[in-house]
Amino acid sequence: MTAALALGDDALVLSHRLGEWAGHAPVLEEEVALANIALDLLGQARVLLSLAGDEDELAFLREERAFRNVQLVEQPNGDFAHTIARQLYFSVYQRGLYEQLAAGGGDFAGLAAKAVKEVAYHQDHATHWTLRLGDGTEESHQRMQRGVDALWRFTGELFQPVEGVEIDWPSLHTDWLATVTGVLQQATLTVPTGPGSGAWTAGAGRQGIHTEPFGRMLAEMQHLHRSHPGASW
Amino acid sequence: MAAVTADQTTQGQARGTAQATAGGPDGPAGADVAQQAAFDAAVAADERIEPRDWMPDAYRASLVRQMAQHAHSEIIGMQPEANWISRAPSLRRKAILMAKVQDEAGHGLYLYSAAETLGTSREEMLDKLHAGRQRYSSIFNYPTLTWADVGAIGWLVDGAAITNQVPLCRCSYGPYARAMVRICKEESFHQRQGYELLLTLGRGTPGQRAMAQDAVNRWWWPSLMMFGPPDDASAHSAQSMTWKIKRHSNDELRQRFVDICVPQAEALGLTLPDPDLRWNEERGHHDFGAIDWTEFQEVLKGNGPCNEQRLTQRRRAHEEGAWVRDAAASYALKHPAPTRHAHAPAHITEAPHTEMHQAEMHTPPNAEATA
Repeated sequence: MTAALALGDDALVLSHRLGEWAGHAPVLEEEVALANIALDLLGQARVLLSLAGDEDELAFLREERAFRNVQLVEQPNGDFAHTIARQLYFSVYQRGLYEQLAAGGGDFAGLAAKAVKEVAYHQDHATHWTLRLGDGTEESHQRMQRGVDALWRFTGELFQPVEGVEIDWPSLHTDWLATVTGVLQQATLTVPTGPGSGAWTAGAGRQGIHTEPFGRMLAEMQHLHRSHPGASW
Repeated sequence: MAAVTADQTTQGQARGTAQATAGGPDGPAGADVAQQAAFDAAVAADERIEPRDWMPDAYRASLVRQMAQHAHSEIIGMQPEANWISRAPSLRRKAILMAKVQDEAGHGLYLYSAAETLGTSREEMLDKLHAGRQRYSSIFNYPTLTWADVGAIGWLVDGAAITNQVPLCRCSYGPYARAMVRICKEESFHQRQGYELLLTLGRGTPGQRAMAQDAVNRWWWPSLMMFGPPDDASAHSAQSMTWKIKRHSNDELRQRFVDICVPQAEALGLTLPDPDLRWNEERGHHDFGAIDWTEFQEVLKGNGPCNEQRLTQRRRAHEEGAWVRDAAASYALKHPAPTRHAHAPAHITEAPHTEMHQAEMHTPPNAEATA
């Protein structure tokens, strides 16, 4: 089931990246908040992957080329601003996507209706931090701008229609752009003008073409499970 | 994870006195006598001492030290377990482990808040941790080498922590006692999860069983050390017991823990690494072998396998996060709170907390904390 894999892998991979912050967050409240978001996403991933097969076989035994997540979510954490930029882009996308899915009444409506409440918080969290960092100190402003710029090129892929996901993709993109633009402007940041949606890319995550850091992430994630074939945990 | 341990309650009693008394509401010497009498009577009657009540300087200092070390233990304790989040072997275990590490951060939050009621700020406590002037539980200076260590920590380390902490729910200081009620509930959940993890490994492949036994072999003795030095070598326990901060002796709690673990180890099909461990019919308890107190002292002194690593990671996270905290403080000054809170969803507690603490971190302790 392509759609369940695509949406499930997005959630799984982003959850893993956020989990890497544990013990490294800039302030104790963010240890709690980032773990909270990671847990929400992992919960979504488990439901979605289970629609497509055995969640653990899918997570731990697939090769890199079989993953269908967008490249945005696999990008390394970078500094806190980089992580927040990734959160902003993804949570605004996921919220729009789930709102449409929940309203559409299709296969994912139940999951989406539940998850959209979680994702609204993720978006709120990312928005508040984008404002604080963008409109905080000069250093934080620069770091936030760098994060926003660096990840912009991975946002075009978000709006490539996924087979089996019956939503209005153009309006998802329009709404996303309006929301993200509004937040960035309020945060005194410049909206990037680099390659966005529609720009040429040499394939991407939805086709199983990933970025170099993803292979290392999977190697770490899958190592223990693969070391004990057939074991139960 | 495990937090307060007896090694914290008996070491470095004098630490923190100056800072803790700085905000102390001490009256003139004459009034002290009556206040001391009222305090003693309240403790004797098992009443709670609350932040605004008069309390002896030494009581305040002792609490600050213990609660700060307890809080520090929670946040340092995140590290050995977070070490396995990225490698958890199933998605269910990954979710359980992430939730557990998150709980520890939460425990750190309420313990720092409880300690702040005594007139010290979180920032001050963290600075002392980073400078090596306040301790955390020594148990976290051991490494988590395999996945089974996650289970062993849950079963043994959290088990030992609960044995130590349940009596703290009746501690004489109200905010600490109330924080402990909530923490103990979560800790006992963690302990069961650790036990269940080991049970699964014990019923698994030969490789999984070996992993479980190896982890228990490495964590058993350090867990027994968590109860602190033997009673005859624990100089400060008596005072803490008089104040009803502490209610049972180190050896008493250690014995209780051993007696609980022996049948559990049997049920797990695992051996505890102590040839002298046997039931003593006469005492009605298990006898156990001599603890290597030299190892305990060495780890306490900073020579454990991970002391340097744990503190370095903690300092680095704090230093690398400084610009983030500065940005939040700067933003809070530019944009007063009411408008910023307007959009926070009601069902989430983290978001508003984050904002409030961000703002507080760069301001002096508030009036209540220093009153």
